[in-house]
Amino acid sequence: MPEDARLLDTFPKLLMQHARVRGERPAIREKDLGIWQTWTWHELAEEVRALACGLAGLGVKRGDHLALVGDNRPRLYAMMAATQALGAIPVPLYQDAVANEMAFPIRNAGIECVFAEDQEQVDKLLEILPQCPTLERIVYDDPRGLRHYRQPQLMAYEKLLDAGRDSHRRDPAFVEEEIAKGRGEDTAAMFFTSGTTGVPKGVVHTHASLIGPSRTAAEIDGLGEEDVILAYLPPAWIGQNIFSVAQALVTGYCICCPESSDTVMNDMREVGPTYYFAPPRVLENLLTQVSIRMEDASALKRRLYRYFMRVAERVGGALLDGRAVSLADRARYFAGDLLVYGPLRNVLGMSRVKVGYTAGEAIGPDLFKFYRSLGINLKQLYGSTETAVFVCIQPNGQVKPDTVGPAVPGVELRFSAERELLIRSPGLFREYYKNAEATLEAKDREGWFHTGDAGYFDADGHVKIIDRVKDVGKLADGTLFAPKYLENKLKFFPYIREAVCFGHGREKVCAFVNIDPEAIGNWAEKRNLPYSGYSDLAAKDEVYELLRGCIEQANAELARDPELANSQIHRFLVLHKELDADDGELTRTRKVRRRFIGEKYAPLVEALYNGAQSVHVEAQVRYEDGRTGTFSADLKVREARVVSADAARKAA
Amino acid sequence: MTAPETHLLAPQRQVGEVILAMEDVWLSFGGVKALQGVSFDVREHEVRAIIGPNGAGKSSMLNVLNGVYHPQKGRIVFKGESFADMDPHHAAEMGIARTFQNIALFRGMTVLENLMTGRNLRMKSGILAQALRVGPAEREEIRHREAVERIIDFLELEPYRKTPAGQLPYGLQKRVDLGRALASEPRVLLLDEPMAGMNLEEKQDMCRFILDANDQLGTTLVLIEHDMGVVMDISDRVVVLDYGRKIADGTPDDVRSDQAVIDAYLGSSH
Repeated sequence: MPEDARLLDTFPKLLMQHARVRGERPAIREKDLGIWQTWTWHELAEEVRALACGLAGLGVKRGDHLALVGDNRPRLYAMMAATQALGAIPVPLYQDAVANEMAFPIRNAGIECVFAEDQEQVDKLLEILPQCPTLERIVYDDPRGLRHYRQPQLMAYEKLLDAGRDSHRRDPAFVEEEIAKGRGEDTAAMFFTSGTTGVPKGVVHTHASLIGPSRTAAEIDGLGEEDVILAYLPPAWIGQNIFSVAQALVTGYCICCPESSDTVMNDMREVGPTYYFAPPRVLENLLTQVSIRMEDASALKRRLYRYFMRVAERVGGALLDGRAVSLADRARYFAGDLLVYGPLRNVLGMSRVKVGYTAGEAIGPDLFKFYRSLGINLKQLYGSTETAVFVCIQPNGQVKPDTVGPAVPGVELRFSAERELLIRSPGLFREYYKNAEATLEAKDREGWFHTGDAGYFDADGHVKIIDRVKDVGKLADGTLFAPKYLENKLKFFPYIREAVCFGHGREKVCAFVNIDPEAIGNWAEKRNLPYSGYSDLAAKDEVYELLRGCIEQANAELARDPELANSQIHRFLVLHKELDADDGELTRTRKVRRRFIGEKYAPLVEALYNGAQSVHVEAQVRYEDGRTGTFSADLKVREARVVSADAARKAA
Repeated sequence: MTAPETHLLAPQRQVGEVILAMEDVWLSFGGVKALQGVSFDVREHEVRAIIGPNGAGKSSMLNVLNGVYHPQKGRIVFKGESFADMDPHHAAEMGIARTFQNIALFRGMTVLENLMTGRNLRMKSGILAQALRVGPAEREEIRHREAVERIIDFLELEPYRKTPAGQLPYGLQKRVDLGRALASEPRVLLLDEPMAGMNLEEKQDMCRFILDANDQLGTTLVLIEHDMGVVMDISDRVVVLDYGRKIADGTPDDVRSDQAVIDAYLGSSH
C-alpha cells in the first residue's frame, strides 16, 4: 500500500491518482460494435473532469443527490465519479424497477438530476415526473428512440460533456479544487435497500466506510492493477458497486462491461476475469447448462467427463486447499485437468479466475464443491448493504461449504442472546437517510449493527448463518429450531423441490416435502415406474423410500452438529400438490410462507404429530384453464430414522 | 412501451415525394388474373401497407415491384425512372430490398455471415482479393463488418452473432431476415408478412424495429400484413386489394370506415 494511502481518502482522489500513476492502463472496457473498446485511467479521468464541470453548470453542488438508472456502462460509472468529484452523492437505482418504485427514492432524497441509460428509463422517469416535483433534469446516454422527445428536462450526455469541456477549459482549477475539498467522512454514495418489507431505506455510506473494507479485502486476496472483473450485476446493488467502483479505485484493476445482459457468458469467455462474483443461482444456471450440454455430447466425452468429475470430486478440493493427496490421484487429476477441467474452465470463462466469491443465500454443498473441484477458487463471503459487503470472508485453504468464514480483520462480531449476529466494523453505514428511527433500531448506541440474521460460531470460529432471527424458534425442550436451514438442507437434494419444516414449540421436527417432478420423473422413468401425474408420482411408495433416504442422510449430517442435533426430522409426508405462489403458499420470490401453509394444511400438520400412518385430504384445485375441481386422497405419513447425538459423536 | 401521448410533441416525419409507383399493372398466370390494373404509389420515408384477403394479389404486387414477376401491362416508376418490368438484381442494386414470407436465410451460416451477405452488392473487391484478404479487400471487409455490427446493435442481435441461423427460433430468424435486408442500406424495403406466425411479444418487438428503421434509418417501407391491429397502428397509408383489384387506398382511418373494405375483407373474416 502506498505511503499516501491516508491522503487518498475519497474516490475522486483515488481516480486522479490512478490517472497519474497508471494513466495508460485500462480502467474500463466495453464491448461496442463487437469489439472491446478501452477507456484508460487517463481518459476516464478526463471524461470525469469534463462531466463534473458540466454537472456543476446544471447546478449540481456539494451534498446534492443524483440518481443513476442503467446497466453497467462506462458512462454510468463516469457520471458516478463526476458526481462524487463535486462532493455530490450518487444514488444508483435498479434498472429493472418499475416507474413507481423509482418515485420513492427520488422524492425521498429530493433528487433534481437523474442519469438515465436509454429510452426505457427515460419513459419511466417521465411517467413519474408529476409525482416528483424536485426532478428537473434527465441526462440520457443512448439517444435511440428519443429523437422526437421534446420535454425540456431531457439532455443528451454528449451535450453535457461538451458544455463541461468548455467550462473546464475556461476554469481548469475548478474540479481539482472541488476534489481537494472532499473528506473521507463525507457521504460517498447512497444505496436503496430493495424493501421487500415496508418502504425502502436509503443506506448512507461514506468514502471511508466503502474504501476501508474494500482495501482490506483486496489485500487479503492480493488484488492489483493487472486484475480484471466483469461487471454484470445491477450497479444499484452495493456488491456490484464495491467490485466495480470501490475495489477498482482502490487497486486500479480493470472492469469490463458486457455487451448486453444476454451475452454475459460469451463476454466472460472473451474477457477472462481474474476476480469474480456470482450469486448461487447464477452458478447453478451455469452448472445446469454444462450438464445439459454434456448429455448431448458423444459417448466417449460423456464417459471421460463422468470419470474425471469423480476424480475431481474426491481430490480437487483437497488440492485447492493444499492438503495431502496421493501421487496416483495427483497424476489422475493432472490428466483430468488437461482433458476436462481446463477446457471446462475455459468454457465457463473462469480459466483465469484467481478468486471468486458467492454470497446472498445458502449455496448447495454439491454446487459449491463442483466449482472448487475444477480448481476454481470459489469462496463464500458474508455481508450486506449496511456493512459494505465484507464482514466475513473464507480465507484460502479454510473453505467450508456451510459456513461463511471468520471475520475480516477490523470487524468485530458477536451473537446476542437471541443468536442474532451483531457487527461493528469500519465498513458500517452511517445512517438510513432521513430515518433516524430505523437507524437507531438497526445500529445501537455502542455502534453494533443488528443484522437480523441468526447463527453461531462453529468449532473453528467460522460464522454459520442459519436463518433470519424472526423465523428462528425453539423446540419444546428449548433447543434451537431454524426451519430455513433445515429446509435448505433438504432442498439441496435434487429430488426435493420445496420443504416446509415444523417444530416451534413442539418436541420434535416434522416436514412437508414437495418432490421435484422432473428429477423424480426421470428417476421413475429409469426404473420403469408408471405414474399418471404429479399427485400419483408423489404418493408412490418407492418415492417415499427415496425421500426417506435423503432425509435420513440430512439427519446424519445434522446429528454431527451439536447445536442442530435435536432438529433432525422425525416424520414427513409428501404433499399432493406443488406449493404455488398463486395459491399464496410461496412469496413471489419463491420463499415458503410457513405460517400460512401451517394453517391451510392444519389437519396434515396434526397427522405428522399424532402418529397417524395416513391422513385424508380433500382440496379444491384450480386447473390452469381456470376450471376448479376437488381432489381427495389419503396421504401417507412416514418416519425417518434419527441418529442420536452420542452415536454420531462415536461415529465421528 | 412508449411514453404517454401527452409527453410526446413529436413532429410528423418528413414524408417526401413519390419514390416508387406502379401504374395500371396487369399480371396473370394463364387464366388466373393476379393483378388487374392496379396503380399505387409509395412516398419517401413512408410506411405503406398492403392488405387484403388470401389470394388478393398482395405478394404478387411485391414480386412485381422487385422484378420477380413481369407484368403483362403497366409501368413501374422508381425514383423518376420508368420501367416496363424490373429485374431482381437490378432492383436490389437500385436500392429495393425485401424479406420473404417463408424465411430464406442461409440456415447453416451464422447470423453474422447471413448479415454480411446483405452487404454483398456493396463489395467492390473481386473474389480472389477477398479470399486472399489483400490490403483493400481487408479494409473493405472491416468497413462492411462495422456496418453489419450497427445492424446487430440496432436489432439487438448481439447474443446470436455466431449462432447458425437455422438454430434460431422463428421470431429471431425473421429478425435476422430483416437485418439482412437492412444491411444493404435500401431506399425502399419490401416486407412480406414480417409478423406472420409470431406471438404477441415478438410482434411488438418487430413493430418497434420496423418503426425504428423507418424513423432512424429513414427507410421507406412497404409491408404486407394480416394483423389488422398492427397495420392500422404503424402504417401511414394502406392500400386494400381484393381479387387483384384495388378497392381502397388511404389513411388507416379512411380505409377502416370504407364500406367496400368492410364488405370484402374485414366484414367477411371478422
